Amino acid sequence: MNFSDYIILFGGMGLVTYLPRWLPLFYLAQRKLPQWLIDWLSMIPVAILCSLLAPILFTDQSTRTLDLGKPEFLVAIPTLFFALKTKSLGATVLVGMGLYWLSGYLLQ
Amino acid sequence: MTDSAATEDDDSWFREGAMAAWPICFGYIPIGLALGVLGNQAGLPVWAVTMMSIMVFAGSAQFICVAMLTAGASLWAILFTTFVVNLRHFLMSSAVAVYLSGLQRLLLSFFAYGITDESFAVNMARFRTGNWDFKRALTVNQLSNMAWILSTTCGALLGQFIPRGAFGTDYALTAMFLALLLFQLHNITFFLTGFAALLIATLWYLFIPGDSYILGASVSAATIGYFFKRYQDRHK
Repeated sequence: MNFSDYIILFGGMGLVTYLPRWLPLFYLAQRKLPQWLIDWLSMIPVAILCSLLAPILFTDQSTRTLDLGKPEFLVAIPTLFFALKTKSLGATVLVGMGLYWLSGYLLQ
Repeated sequence: MTDSAATEDDDSWFREGAMAAWPICFGYIPIGLALGVLGNQAGLPVWAVTMMSIMVFAGSAQFICVAMLTAGASLWAILFTTFVVNLRHFLMSSAVAVYLSGLQRLLLSFFAYGITDESFAVNMARFRTGNWDFKRALTVNQLSNMAWILSTTCGALLGQFIPRGAFGTDYALTAMFLALLLFQLHNITFFLTGFAALLIATLWYLFIPGDSYILGASVSAATIGYFFKRYQDRHK
C-alpha cells in the first residue's frame, strides 16, 4: 500500500467513526430534550460500562464461551471493594493492576 | 453546573482535567504499544500507525483494521466493520449532549472527535456530580488522544522489544471501568440497569458473533431501567 491508499483507508475509517460521535452532539445539544429522553440517556453510562465489562469478566474471549472463574472476575471483587472504600479512581486502577499482576502468579 | 468551581475563570481546568485523564492515559499505554507492535508486524510504516491513531482514534476499530489488512480484506469491508464497531459512540454522544447544551457548534464538533469509551465514562461520572464543564471534559479527551497517538507510535517504533502485560497493565482499563461503574450506582434503578446489561451482554456476546452486544445490551438495559424508574415513580 502506498501513501494515498493509506490516506483513503484511514480517512474513510475516520469519517465513519466521527459521524456517530458528532451527529447527536451537533443536533441534540442545541435543543431542549424531552424529559423521557433525558431519563433514558441517564441510564446509558451504567448500561455501556456493564456491556463492555461483561465479556471481559464472564467469558473466555478466545473461544467465546462462558467462564465464571476468570482472574479478571476474581480480581474485580477486591478491586470493587477497594473502590467502594476509597472512592479513588486512580488508586483503584493501580490496585486493580497490582492484584491482576499477582493473580498471574497465584492462580496458576 | 451547580457550583462555582466549574465557572471560575482560572487555570484549574487544565490541572483538574489532567487529574481525571491520567488513569485513561495510563491504561492506553499497554494497549497502544500492543497496537503499534501489531501494525509494525503487519507491515504498516510507523507514520501510517501514527496517522491512523490521529485520523481514527478508536482502539478496537484500529485493532480490527490491522487484523483485516493482514488477512487481505477489502477497503469497503474494513470501512463497514469500523462503522459498525464504532456505532456505540452514537449513544455516548447523545448522553453527553445533555451536559453540553447551548455550546457553539464548532466547539461541539471538535469535542466529538475525542469521544471514546474511556473519556465518555470519566467525563460522565464527573458531569453527574457537577463541578465539571466543557474545558475540563475537552482536556480529558485531548490528553487521552495524545497518550493514544504517542503509545501507538512508540509501539510501532520499538516493535517487539516490549514485554506484553508487565505489572498487570492489561487490567488498567478494566479496573477503571469497574471503579467508574461503582461510582455511578446511586440507586436501585442503576443497579437493575447494570445487572440487566451484564446479563444481556454476556448472553448476546456468547450467542451472536461480532460486537453488536455492546449496542444491543446497552439499549436494552437502559430501556429496562427507564421503565423500572417510571414504574417506581408512579408507585411512590
